[in-house]
Amino acid sequence: MEYIIIIISAIFVNNIVLAQFLGICPFMGVSSKISTSAGMGGAVLFVMTISTIITYLIMHYILVPLGIEFLQTITYILVIAALVQMVEIILKKVSPALYQALGVFLPLITTNCTILGVAILVIQKDYNLLQSVVFAVATATGLAMAMVVFAGIREQLALVAIPKGMKGIPVALITAGLLAMAFMGFAGIV
Amino acid sequence: MTHRENFSKGLMKENPVFVLVLGMCPTLATTTSAINGLGMGLATTFVLMLSNVAISLIAGLIPDKVRIPAYIVVIASFVTVVDMLMAAYVNSPGPNGEPSLYDQLGIFIPLIVVNCIVLGRAEAFAAKNKAFASLLDGAGIGLGFAFALTLLGSVREMLGSGSVFGLQLLPQTVQILIFVLAPGAFIALGYLIAAVNKLKKANQ
Repeated sequence: MEYIIIIISAIFVNNIVLAQFLGICPFMGVSSKISTSAGMGGAVLFVMTISTIITYLIMHYILVPLGIEFLQTITYILVIAALVQMVEIILKKVSPALYQALGVFLPLITTNCTILGVAILVIQKDYNLLQSVVFAVATATGLAMAMVVFAGIREQLALVAIPKGMKGIPVALITAGLLAMAFMGFAGIV
Repeated sequence: MTHRENFSKGLMKENPVFVLVLGMCPTLATTTSAINGLGMGLATTFVLMLSNVAISLIAGLIPDKVRIPAYIVVIASFVTVVDMLMAAYVNSPGPNGEPSLYDQLGIFIPLIVVNCIVLGRAEAFAAKNKAFASLLDGAGIGLGFAFALTLLGSVREMLGSGSVFGLQLLPQTVQILIFVLAPGAFIALGYLIAAVNKLKKANQ
């Protein structure tokens, strides 16, 4: 039950993009076509799960025993940057098909604040390892879902006449605002 | 470029939020009130100035291939400093028991590390320019960011809770609560950027 609450809360109620404002860059930048948003979503899911496990282990088995938790930010960002590089290299070797699908998105992920954000959030929320993994998977699913839905809307939006000054970023932001309003409807669930 | 141009371009002409549309996550998340926007803006300015100076000083020593990780470590160090300073000095709850500035900004303080504005300036300006010019560039871009966040924060606070910097201006009956919630951030910023686009057109 506890895990179901984590999942529903991370996907719908506290959706990482629309309620917590993490990962706005891929949300705005990549989501003009449904297929690319789904690819980006898959890459984030992959990296986020691995990075959450590794940063969790580093926090609890290296930083806490040594009493140097204040180095969290520096350690995490380095680990994530190295990890993304490694994932890219391994993926290329082991699964060229998966690399084809996710490869172009991987370099973008280092500066994606959702990865670092989730790694810090699971420590703040005091989750255990399994809860952290569930939270990471659910959060990435929420991000992927928001991106795909948003891409769908933007594909339609490209076909309608928009006032000149509102074209591009402004209308995308307002659309995202309306989408966020729709997601507020989930607020009472958990 | 003169020193004055280095400083002033970030304020309006190359404003990171309104013109370049960078650093959207903290922009949307921390602008629930004018004071939060200002706090986040100044924290970022501090990191941006120090990291720009440090990076312009060491840029010649770093091999080209590892420069990005090296820059990130420098930035992360200054972010840790800001995080610890803010935990020490702006961490007391308000008079009515509202959460402290440090708690309200929360996770977005460590996330200054992945703010693309900071790494962007390191790569685009500090690595190629002298320390003093980089300091001015960092200050200009940082204050431009702080200005944008404060403006957006003021607009949202005004519409959402009828006050600016905690000063009550509008009665309770005309407040639109949605503007201090998540959707309001997107909508308010969308209209602000549209307004800036319009102003830019009118100036040309």
